Formats: sequence, C-alpha cells, structure tokens
Amino acid sequence: MNRHLISAADLSRDDALLVLDTAEELAQIADRSIKKLPTLRGRTVVNLFFEDSTRTRISFEAAAKRLSADVINFSAKGSSVSKGESLKDTALTLEAMGADGVVIRHGASGAPHRLAGWVRGSVVNAGDGTHEHPTQALLDAFTMRRRLGDLEGRKVTIVGDVLHSRVARSNVLLLHTLGADVTLVAPPTLVPVAVGTWPCSVSYDLDAVLPKSDVVMMLRVQQERMNAAYFPSVREYSRRYGLDGDRMAQLPEHAIVMHPGPMNRGVEIAAEVADSVRSTIVEQVANGVSARMAVLYLLLGGSEPAIGKGVSE
Amino acid sequence: MVNAASRPDEPVEVRVADGDPRPKAVLEGPDIRRALTRIAHEILERTKGGHDVLLLGIQTRGVTLAERLAGALREVEGRPVPWGSLDVTMYRDDLRLRPARALGRTEVPPEGVDDRVVVLVDDVLFSGRTVRAALDALNDLGRPRAVQLAVLVDRGHRELPIRADYVGKNLPTSMRENVKVLLAENDGRDAVLLGPTGGAK
Repeated sequence: MNRHLISAADLSRDDALLVLDTAEELAQIADRSIKKLPTLRGRTVVNLFFEDSTRTRISFEAAAKRLSADVINFSAKGSSVSKGESLKDTALTLEAMGADGVVIRHGASGAPHRLAGWVRGSVVNAGDGTHEHPTQALLDAFTMRRRLGDLEGRKVTIVGDVLHSRVARSNVLLLHTLGADVTLVAPPTLVPVAVGTWPCSVSYDLDAVLPKSDVVMMLRVQQERMNAAYFPSVREYSRRYGLDGDRMAQLPEHAIVMHPGPMNRGVEIAAEVADSVRSTIVEQVANGVSARMAVLYLLLGGSEPAIGKGVSE
Repeated sequence: MVNAASRPDEPVEVRVADGDPRPKAVLEGPDIRRALTRIAHEILERTKGGHDVLLLGIQTRGVTLAERLAGALREVEGRPVPWGSLDVTMYRDDLRLRPARALGRTEVPPEGVDDRVVVLVDDVLFSGRTVRAALDALNDLGRPRAVQLAVLVDRGHRELPIRADYVGKNLPTSMRENVKVLLAENDGRDAVLLGPTGGAK
C-alpha cells in the first residue's frame, strides 16, 4: 500500500526523527551556490491549492524544485474548480497526468484523506480546514531542535486561536511523539471541545505558564474562520493573550518565540517581539523548505515511501 | 599472513578453504596502516608536495580513511591537509531500487573545492557506481582543478570506466564474494574481510 503524510500522527517517533535528521543534512544545500539535487529527477509533484497560501505553496514548490522534480502548480482560482468540478474529478485528471506526489491544501478538513483514496501517488497534507498541517509541525520541531537541541522533556506553550488552528493540532501530536510537554493557552471560547483527548494540558493564564516555557508559539487569530464573537474585542484579546515585550521578559533566557505566519502584528504578537533575537519567525520560513524537501525525498525518493501511513478507502 | 599466535588478544582469523562460510581477514591493522602510509607518500609524490590537496571521504568508512590519510600527510610534510566528507546518497543511480534511506553528512572545509586537487577516498572500489555518484556530487560543490581517487581495496568487477589513482591492495574477487572493511573508529578494530556474499555483513 502507498503511504501518505496526512496527519502528524502518521509519523512514528523513528519516522519523525528520520525527517528531522534528513532535513538537517538538506539544510546545507541552501548555503551552496548550486541549490539543487538530482534525486527526484523525472518525478512529478502536483501542488493542489484550493485555499490561498503564500509561504506554504512557495515552500513546497522550492522544495520540489531543489530536488529536481517536475512541479505542476494548480490553484482553484482560474481552474475548472470554479466551473464546478469536484475534487474527485480533479484528482482523476491529475492521476491521468501521472503525479507521483500530490501536495494538497483544502478548506475542508479531511479532503487530503479522501484524495489519498483516489490517486496512486503519495499525498502530502499542506493544511486541510481546521484539521492538520503536518509539515508545519515538522518545520517547527526542526526549528526548535536547531535552537534548543533534543526535544525530550521540553516545555512548549502554544497560545491563541487553537480552535481554528490546524497548526496547533499537528504540533501537539508531533511534539508529543517527540517527547515534549505541550500546554495550550487560549480563551475558553477558542479551545476545542475535544481537547481532553489531545496529549497536552490546557491553561487560561498566559502569565503563569510563560516562566516555565522553553518555546512559546503564538497562533494567528483567524478572523476569516470566525463566524461568531469569540472574544469581546481585539484589544482585550491582545491584552490577555498577546505576547508583548513585558511578557517576553518573563520567559527563561534560552526560550524562543515562534509564529507560523502570517502575523497580525499588534494583535497576538507585538512588533518588538516579532523582530527580537528570540523570534525564529524568519528561520521557520527557511527551515520550511528543508523540512519539506526531507518529506518529499522520504516519500518519493526510493522504491517505496520510507515514512507515513497507508489509507484504506 | 595472519599470525594469531603472536597476538593472542585479537580474535583469531585464519585463512580457510573456499566454500567455508566464515569470512577471512586479508588485511590486518598493521597492513592497513602501511597501505595508508604508502598512499600518503604517493599522493605527495604525484601532487608534488600535496599543495592544494583536499581529501574528501565518501560516507561512511571513506571519511575515516580520509581523516587517517590527512594525519599521515601531516606527519610526512609537517603541515595540515584539509579533509572533509561527502555523502552521495542523493546522487546514487540505485536510489529507486530501494526505499529512501537516511542521509550522511557532507562537510567541505571552508576553503571549498574550487581549483583544488580533490582526492576522493573510499574503502572498497567495486562497480564504480559510488565513485560516479561522488563525481556528480562534487560537480555541484564547485570546480576542482583535478579529481583523483584513493581506495583501500580494489576488488575489480568495474561496471563503469573508472579507475583508482591510489590503491591500498588489489584484491581479485569473485562476484559471489563479499569484501568488508572494518575500521577501529567505526567497527572497533581494523581488518579487511573476504567472505561469501551475505556472510561477511
């Protein structure tokens, strides 16, 4: 059976460490004058983006191109999808073109899982609805490991709009696999009902958690997914759950500040924090290419995928 | 060649009759040391003093050998010779015949490879496919003035037009045999073992 990367839970501890170690070696390519490896020559990777994205799409495209794969970019705007074509018919079209790997971003949670049942290639989830975004979790873990070393026993605090965040869910699952302790901090209205089943703890008091954190990851307030009033005002949210200079001063000296981007400066993160030396936000973007190269190599580089999980229809 | 009685603390390796599944040691620690010292002198002779030489070991045991050769060169010439490692996994022509595997480290000294005489170092020269992959990998790192090849064992059966410039030992083998190089840094002891396929792994 073919293997895919749809959920961060698809990765065993060994798989996750293999991705991170591979990413570490591939990161060197970025420093060379020839930023290219012949590894995926002749393989086709389709980027299937049904939702807007800048950094993830560009990151996957750069990763595939650095491995010499042929890249076909497909965005829903200006395609047959706007004429009403279904996901399945789009998938069959791609199948006919012989895609070895399909990177999909979709507004509906579960779309990559459905797609994996329809195509022969390996599917990589690049974000589905409010479900998961496993390569973001991998690049975050990679960034943490480069800054802090082994993640075993590290305290990671994820703050903000957990309810709408696929980044939070994937990070909780992956970081748990890697042995880190995750605490979610959010207003009660932005904590998912099912959080009790997640391998993490929950707090509503950011100031109590910060002094014990090795990593604090700020999430974007996803206004576009909010169809109700989850908090009284942006100002109040910012005062209670935003990371400003004073709050950052409570962190231990070695602690780092992360944000998956795009940022709302002044809402969940103050500009002075985003631009501080503790901030890994720019590094995260560069590391994203290395982590995605590692995923594409391990899924598509050999006779069969070395990581991920099969999907039974 | 092996005198087990004179070194009672080492595991006993004796030459055995063909067909015996046990691997036999064709080179021992001192033989390997002498071969590397000779190669070091040959490199100095051929490159007229070893100026501009950069040793690049092919992962995994080639890296250990490159480090040892660099030590031997320093001892003879009295100045350090840069060395590094090269992982050729991403350039192999058999990548798609097996599942994707973990990568080794490529580490080139800060001087880079441009305009240097790069000596690739590996433990066993067999089909030549690893060396071809290494030449491709090197091509992406820069443009050396010349590339040479040093191997501890040349076991024959080339499948590509590639030959070594420096050879520790020419070892005629059959395709049913397996050559395994053990090095103290990687394996706890120095030896070159010759055994039937699958036996010496």
